[in-house]
Amino acid sequence: MSFNTLKLLQKQKKNILEIWMKNQLSDDGLREDLISNEDLRGQSEELISALVTNLAGDDLVDFDADRWDPVIEILGGIAITRARQGFSPRETGRFVHSLKDALLEVLQREIEDSKQLFEESMKINKVMDNLSIVTFETFIKGREEVILRQTDEIAEISTPVIRVWDGILALPIIGTLDSSRTQIVMENLLQEIVETGSSIAILDISGVPAVDSLVAQHLIKTVSATRLMGAECIISGIRPEIAQTVVHLGIDLSNIITKASLASALSYAFKVLRLEVRKSSSIAKPNL
Amino acid sequence: MDKIPILRMGSFLLVTIQVDLYDRLALDLEADLVQMVNKTGSKGVLIDISAVSIVDSFMGRIIGNIASMSKILDAETVVVGMQPAVAITLIELGLPLKGVHTALDVEKGMNLLKSMIGDDHGDEDETDDDDTFAE
Amino acid sequence: MITGTKTKPMMMILSLSKDNIQVQKEQDVVLLRNRVREVAVKIKMGLVNQTKLITAASELLRNMLRYGGGGSCLIEVVTRGRDNGVRLTFTDHGPGIPDIEAAMRDGFSTGKSLGLGLPGAKRLCNEFDLKSKPGEGTVVMILKWANG
Repeated sequence: MSFNTLKLLQKQKKNILEIWMKNQLSDDGLREDLISNEDLRGQSEELISALVTNLAGDDLVDFDADRWDPVIEILGGIAITRARQGFSPRETGRFVHSLKDALLEVLQREIEDSKQLFEESMKINKVMDNLSIVTFETFIKGREEVILRQTDEIAEISTPVIRVWDGILALPIIGTLDSSRTQIVMENLLQEIVETGSSIAILDISGVPAVDSLVAQHLIKTVSATRLMGAECIISGIRPEIAQTVVHLGIDLSNIITKASLASALSYAFKVLRLEVRKSSSIAKPNL
Repeated sequence: MDKIPILRMGSFLLVTIQVDLYDRLALDLEADLVQMVNKTGSKGVLIDISAVSIVDSFMGRIIGNIASMSKILDAETVVVGMQPAVAITLIELGLPLKGVHTALDVEKGMNLLKSMIGDDHGDEDETDDDDTFAE
Repeated sequence: MITGTKTKPMMMILSLSKDNIQVQKEQDVVLLRNRVREVAVKIKMGLVNQTKLITAASELLRNMLRYGGGGSCLIEVVTRGRDNGVRLTFTDHGPGIPDIEAAMRDGFSTGKSLGLGLPGAKRLCNEFDLKSKPGEGTVVMILKWANG
């Protein structure tokens, strides 16, 4: 006699949910701070329903069947949400594994023949292992998305273009200048030049830990691109060590206007724009 | 046959490229422009490429050619309004357009041309006689 | 699809759409540029990367017209994991390139161009592949990721 585990599961849906919920709620790793019991129940019920209503026939052994898709979609959705909410991998794993415990418990109760029990349990085991893999793949993907978004944000906030004077932009670079960073710096700078109509840009590299030939090449590229646009680019904040390495590496920066400090770059820019800063003869009264 | 119009503004020639160039069009422009410089005795050429979204090595070469040819005919060339994406691409391509003057927009380009050919009336004078620069 | 057994290796590049365009005369270049731009915009490629891709395509198209006597360009939208990109394959049946290494050097040209076409196109893209057989033709593939 061929036993239909699926039928059994469908009939026992309520029971499974209860056992599963009991397992989850009694687990030490329950995160009531991240998810309410009602939401947890909702998620669990959704998953079980998807599991017992979508599957039919030999699906328990044929994991490639299209009928698995809705189940995997729901499980994937749960895993991604958990990754974003900050659940640990262990907590997310417990969620799926406690379902396995619940399923096995129901089987044990309902099947009397031990050989059959063993066979059906193995099937459930396999199914749940597959679902665990799916959960982890999606969980990690969710985490990766968070990391990628943060990387983008860091790149975004670490390249501010400051309008220091009418017609003069400054861009302090902090951290290592690699090619993808250069790309962002260049794009932001050139875009800002167009928007403000600035004719001088100061690239301050005081915050760049080291300048090797690759970084120098990136700087030269940025300066050249600025020139193509019709603006001048000054590099400031060159520390003595950096000047030394640049010369030792044989990097030619002679075509680039370089200044030791942002202040001297700014006064150079003033000179080019024929502006002057003077100490006024009388003490200016603050406006009321 | 398309043609790119060349406008005469005083002693300058103004070219505004509004369409995506293909090679024939660019070559024609080069020939027309050099002819015009010669015929009108213009002292400066202003090429506005603010509407151009693609400059490849061929077009870059044409721009360089125009600058060099004009130079021989005693006219300066200024390219204005290059889009950021185009500038970045040209640098990556390895074409920094050395020898071509650039400016942000037509107005700044005009001022640059004036200052280069010494046609300004004191207001673009680069040499500061009085040492007013604050240290 | 992310099932346990159905998962394809993450690093495999899949083609999502294909479009083959014949390029025989200069005016086709403008047409093809626009076509590439449309596809690039569709996968949300940034303006700078779009410009790089189209400029690279422009270089290769010119080569194909000048040295290969025209040919065809296959435009594909490809995907690899979470990245989308545009892949262009230029095929001609011209005389081929006898010395690929020289052709890939900056400043090398058998015509009277600047010799930036091939090396420049390579620098502008994420992936570049050139196959050529003297007497049979040349196939150049370039790929640009939307955020690469």
